[in-house]
Amino acid sequence: MYAPRLPRIGTYAAWRETARRLARADVPAAQVDWGLAGDDASMFDAPLPIGPLSVERGDLKVPASFADLSRSLIPERSGKGMTLAYVLLMRLQAEPGLLSNRADAQVAQARDIAKSIHRDLHKMHAFVRFREVGQADGRRRFAAWFEPTHRIEEPTADFFVNRFGDMDWAIVTPEVTIRYQDRTLTLHEIESQRPDADDPLEQLWTTYYANIFNPARLKPDAMRAEMPKKYWKNLPEAALIPDLIAGARARSQAMQDAAATTPRQGRRVDQTTPAPMIHRPVSLPTLHAEIHDCTRCPLHGPATQAVPGEGPRDARLMIVGEQPGDREDIEGRPFTGPAGQLFDRLADDAGLDRQASYVTNAVKHFKFVQRGKRRIHQTPNAGEVNACRWWLDRELATVDPELVLALGATALHALTGDGRGLLKRRGGVERTKDGRPLLVTLHPSYLLRLPDPAARAEATRNVTADLTKALHLLNN
Amino acid sequence: MAKMTIQDKLALLSDAAKYDASCASSGTTKRGSRDGKGLGSTTGSGICHAYAPDGRCISLLKILMTNYCVYDCAYCINRVSSNVPRARFTVEEVVWLTIEFYRRNYIEGLFLSSGIVKSSDYTMEEMVRIAEKLRADGFRGYIHLKTIPEASPELIERAGLSADRLSINVELPTDASVRAYAPEKDPAGIRDAMGKVRLTKEDYAEKSFTGRRRGKFAPAGQSTQMIVGADAADDADILGTANKLYGAYGLKRVYYSAFSPIPDASAVLPLVDPPLMREHRLYQADWLLRFYDFGLDEIITRDNGGMLDLDVDPKLAWALANRDRFPVDVNRAAKEDLLRVPGFGTKIVQRILSSRRNGALALEDIRRMGGRIKQASSFVVARGHTPGQMLDGANLRARFVKPQQMELF
Repeated sequence: MYAPRLPRIGTYAAWRETARRLARADVPAAQVDWGLAGDDASMFDAPLPIGPLSVERGDLKVPASFADLSRSLIPERSGKGMTLAYVLLMRLQAEPGLLSNRADAQVAQARDIAKSIHRDLHKMHAFVRFREVGQADGRRRFAAWFEPTHRIEEPTADFFVNRFGDMDWAIVTPEVTIRYQDRTLTLHEIESQRPDADDPLEQLWTTYYANIFNPARLKPDAMRAEMPKKYWKNLPEAALIPDLIAGARARSQAMQDAAATTPRQGRRVDQTTPAPMIHRPVSLPTLHAEIHDCTRCPLHGPATQAVPGEGPRDARLMIVGEQPGDREDIEGRPFTGPAGQLFDRLADDAGLDRQASYVTNAVKHFKFVQRGKRRIHQTPNAGEVNACRWWLDRELATVDPELVLALGATALHALTGDGRGLLKRRGGVERTKDGRPLLVTLHPSYLLRLPDPAARAEATRNVTADLTKALHLLNN
Repeated sequence: MAKMTIQDKLALLSDAAKYDASCASSGTTKRGSRDGKGLGSTTGSGICHAYAPDGRCISLLKILMTNYCVYDCAYCINRVSSNVPRARFTVEEVVWLTIEFYRRNYIEGLFLSSGIVKSSDYTMEEMVRIAEKLRADGFRGYIHLKTIPEASPELIERAGLSADRLSINVELPTDASVRAYAPEKDPAGIRDAMGKVRLTKEDYAEKSFTGRRRGKFAPAGQSTQMIVGADAADDADILGTANKLYGAYGLKRVYYSAFSPIPDASAVLPLVDPPLMREHRLYQADWLLRFYDFGLDEIITRDNGGMLDLDVDPKLAWALANRDRFPVDVNRAAKEDLLRVPGFGTKIVQRILSSRRNGALALEDIRRMGGRIKQASSFVVARGHTPGQMLDGANLRARFVKPQQMELF
């Protein structure tokens, strides 16, 4: 029987060192009685194996997750955690996949202990309350008293170092004092009593606590589940809890009984808004305002906003795409998403000035299906395209372009009434329903979606050629 | 009137802020101050430093800069026509309170909101100055700024550069309700502002020509809040709006706030106890949409009046209505089927998937992993367990519904 006694400070490092030596010597878990220095020695005390005794193993093998797990087991106050960590260490030598099996009773128990240690750490991070105790060399000094459930002073210290780097502080627990002074952390094994102290800020803090509480939503059990009573004596705000609970129902009822009061007299905000404009002689801003209010088909429901066309009223070329995409829907401007950016590059290559053209879409609202948080584009159906033709026709009438460029089948359908056979019709000049010359080409998003690089390169060349042709048609 | 002390102001301006549900301090960049040159750190999921008797976490100093307001929103305690006393913090007072609270480990940071004074831009700029001063003073904790939708894009950009999270409240689930109860607010303008936040964040995420990033814009993203129970909107309206918001603006969270009676209330609103259970069910449904791959139409249908079942949670309600999809065999079923089992959360499902490789699991094994067996047992097959007749029983639903408790008097 072995009875290692570990120091209170540096417990984990000492446990790891000792456990390695015992395990190398193949000492079974049942023959080790783990404890802290000062604990009663075991009845079957025997000297620790010093150095390699009967070394039967080479290196001990553990999965990476064992380091974290054992770190979370050692601080457990009853000592069961240290014992269990050694049991698992020995079992892992024969069963390397052990830790992934949460159905194993010992693994489950270890995870439970680790969980309670994590909770204890978390509660210490949350419930330590510093009080200001003076100043030294330009650094403000604070001190706190805290009673953790387990021996977590060491693993918790780094959190406070990282958070309160520009001040000196001490956290005193019944067994250990954690001190951070001039950016140096030290831990001392000192027995301490709960001090009597005060901080004027606590009055402000309790004021805040009392006022942020909504008496109409009283749920004391939910509070106690997260802030158990054992922590209350060291939380300045907890002194208010009984009164807040007792008065809650009455306060809430009083608000309901008081009912409405006479509105305060004084400044009122001017609530007159101009009446919505309807059918004035068409200018582009008027037309766009009307498009914004469109409810001609159900697409306006899910979309963020209608996206009207953009460009000068006297543009000679009108470019018609399919519909706004995810980005256009948010920005409210056409051709700003990935496909629009590609189109700009191609137009640039062809020498076509997009700023001088009027760009718009056959359908003015974004049609999509939502998958989780993502919005996936959907092609508009014939009914939606037809409903939106009303706007496209008015844009055509207002801008009165010399040439129309249709990008893709939806635009072609909207402008001619038939979008079939796009690839065959590409590059040809047709007529719109109201008799304007219409050049047919592919939609840039088609280029983005083509998986085969060779096919994509060819399609891109074709579109660039069409854009050059558009320029040619305009100049002659 | 005598000059107000900072304590008087704090009492008023925190009381006025408590109707905002959000107190999260999670999901921002990792920061610390171990270099000794500043104060504060952030952790992955944030810390709740206290809990109020309403069961809600207190993580941030949640205050208004001022409760003066030129707007007249019926549901709001600070509307211009309300008789509540008014106060206003200076920039320096908010900075001082935040840092002194933080040094004592009371809070994770600041959640600043405000009534509108003078103009939207003026108010927003004062709030931005508070955040900028905190950062200039070396504060590395969490900052959440409520953004005023009408504020100029430059101010919103400045806000996002010092704050971790921005939020703009949509206030009520439908545009019609916003127009009815918050006459000066424009629902389209609110959405437009959320869109601007999303686009600015995306722009900042892109690298410049030199491969450098321009800085971090609202690293913890944006969120919003809807008030539940003040208007006639049903749960289908509410979840439909939320789903749309998640999709369009990449929101981190939509908060649902049960409308609760306020002092000096407006005559147009119901002064009853807040619908807390309804709020709870909405959060559960929201989780199913975001983490469990449920579609909106699976959670809520117009059949039951567009409302969620208050007696059982939405996942259980779905399982009871779709019994042909059960029982699910815990030892063979695919992940997406396990996620549909009432009583199994995402973590439990992960644990089942990794543990069952070591041998067939019994109900007891799953209980040890943290699964809620009382709910799950009727819907799963496990080693030595089949739900048998239970699953088809007409009284299955009754097993999960607690008998009504008598009202305490």
